Amino acid sequence: MQFTISKQIVFVIVFSLLSISALSLSFAEQIFYPWKIENYAIKEPLGGFTGNAQRGRKIVINQDKGNCLACHSLPIPEESFHGTVGPPLHGIASRLNKGQIRLRVADEQKINPFTIMPGFYKNPKENNRVDDNFWGKPVLTAQETEDVITYLMTLK
Amino acid sequence: MNMINHKQFLIVSSMLSIFFSNVLHASDLKSGYEYLTPATQEMQDDEFANPGMTAVEEGRTEFHRLGVNDKTCATCHGENGSKFNLKKIASYPVYNKEYEKPFTLQEQINFCGEEYLDNVPYVYDCTDLVELEAYVRHLARGEKVNVNITGALKPFYEKGKKLYNKRFGQMNMACAVCHDQFAGQRLRGQVLSQGHSNGFPLYRLGSGKMTSLHGRMEECFRSFRAEPFDRGSDELINLELYLHSRGNGLPIETPAIRY
Ligand code: HEC
Ligand code: HEC
Repeated sequence: MQFTISKQIVFVIVFSLLSISALSLSFAEQIFYPWKIENYAIKEPLGGFTGNAQRGRKIVINQDKGNCLACHSLPIPEESFHGTVGPPLHGIASRLNKGQIRLRVADEQKINPFTIMPGFYKNPKENNRVDDNFWGKPVLTAQETEDVITYLMTLK
Repeated sequence: MNMINHKQFLIVSSMLSIFFSNVLHASDLKSGYEYLTPATQEMQDDEFANPGMTAVEEGRTEFHRLGVNDKTCATCHGENGSKFNLKKIASYPVYNKEYEKPFTLQEQINFCGEEYLDNVPYVYDCTDLVELEAYVRHLARGEKVNVNITGALKPFYEKGKKLYNKRFGQMNMACAVCHDQFAGQRLRGQVLSQGHSNGFPLYRLGSGKMTSLHGRMEECFRSFRAEPFDRGSDELINLELYLHSRGNGLPIETPAIRY
């Protein structure tokens, strides 16, 4: 008897610890790190994260993440359909610097309010009637957005 | 550059965009049909090959089925709907004086069932209603959509137009962005059409199912991660009114085939 109770208590403690950490993880995921525009650019890395170009390349293909290929063509020959809605991004890093690219990926609508391009790291408070599953979150996390930007910087 | 310049830039660029923004003119109207491959167009045109005809046939059966009071739709509208004024069918949604709002074809069908057949009303967009709508619209196939928005419908049209141009969802998109500004462009595998309503209810090759207009709008809302409005809600009905009148002049294609 004694034994089973203590086992239950241990179980309860472990379970609550697990759920607390799961909760705080999901909160961490939802954190939005504010950024500011200077001279049509965001100079500081989002949330202070460092990007990784290889991860970024995967995110621009992934339909549930960046899905940049929906609208842009990119030097990614293994994907057959590239969108024609936006300008091709070949050589983008020789046209724009990193801070300028960061603003365009984070929130192109700050430059052109009529653009079709979604803001991938837009302040979620500026959105309207968001599906419950995506409420309060930007499309990409700060880390993912930095990954994408770092990938674009390789396109000289 | 300081903040004032930034604001000035935004104002100038918004004025330019409004100036250049696409407004559909009657001669530029393109049904979703025009974006199909010739083989799919042929399938749509051939009543024996068109898979949407199954729903139309179901609707025909429903149309002739006895209601609680031993009447059928055909009691008023003739065998096979022979007494329908097809021009009137093509003018839905129409203003309903009693309810003081636009009535979609589905609402009218539901109203008839309740009022004249003593049936229990259907839920908006349920299978039976979509099939009945498909049957009635199919009778008017080829008639040109002709919604009159000059009279009492005007304020509802304006509301629909506003929704059509309003941005929603995590992707912050508006119907107008995809279907006015970028129609004809490729969104990865899919070509954006002008988003017309003349083929609904229609058969989708992707899902193998019939899709109602409100169902399609729900999908579009979800695609940019917005919370859709309920089927049959005032919002979707105003949007339906806007869409139909925006496509005035296009022939009814029900049941159309789309991807
Ligand atoms: C739904 C369409 C769409 C999607 C998705 C999209 N873009 Fe764009 N993008 C555009 C359009 C259109 C423009 C042109 C500028 C404008 O409209 O303001 C643009 C412009 C840009 C520019 C500036 C290009 C230049 O030459 O100045 C960059 C950089 C960019 N996009 C990166 C991305 C990245 C990275 C992603 C994915 C994470 C992405 N875009 C997803 C439509 C899109
Ligand atoms: C992100 C892009 C996008 C947005 C925004 C969007 N749609 Fe669509 N819509 C599509 C795509 C893709 C299709 C399927 C291909 C086509 O017919 O354009 C489609 C199809 C449609 C169709 C069917 C056209 C036909 O001939 O079968 C209608 C009607 C429609 N949309 C209405 C709307 C309405 C109303 C809204 C706003 C609530 C909206 N769409 C917003 C992408 C979008």
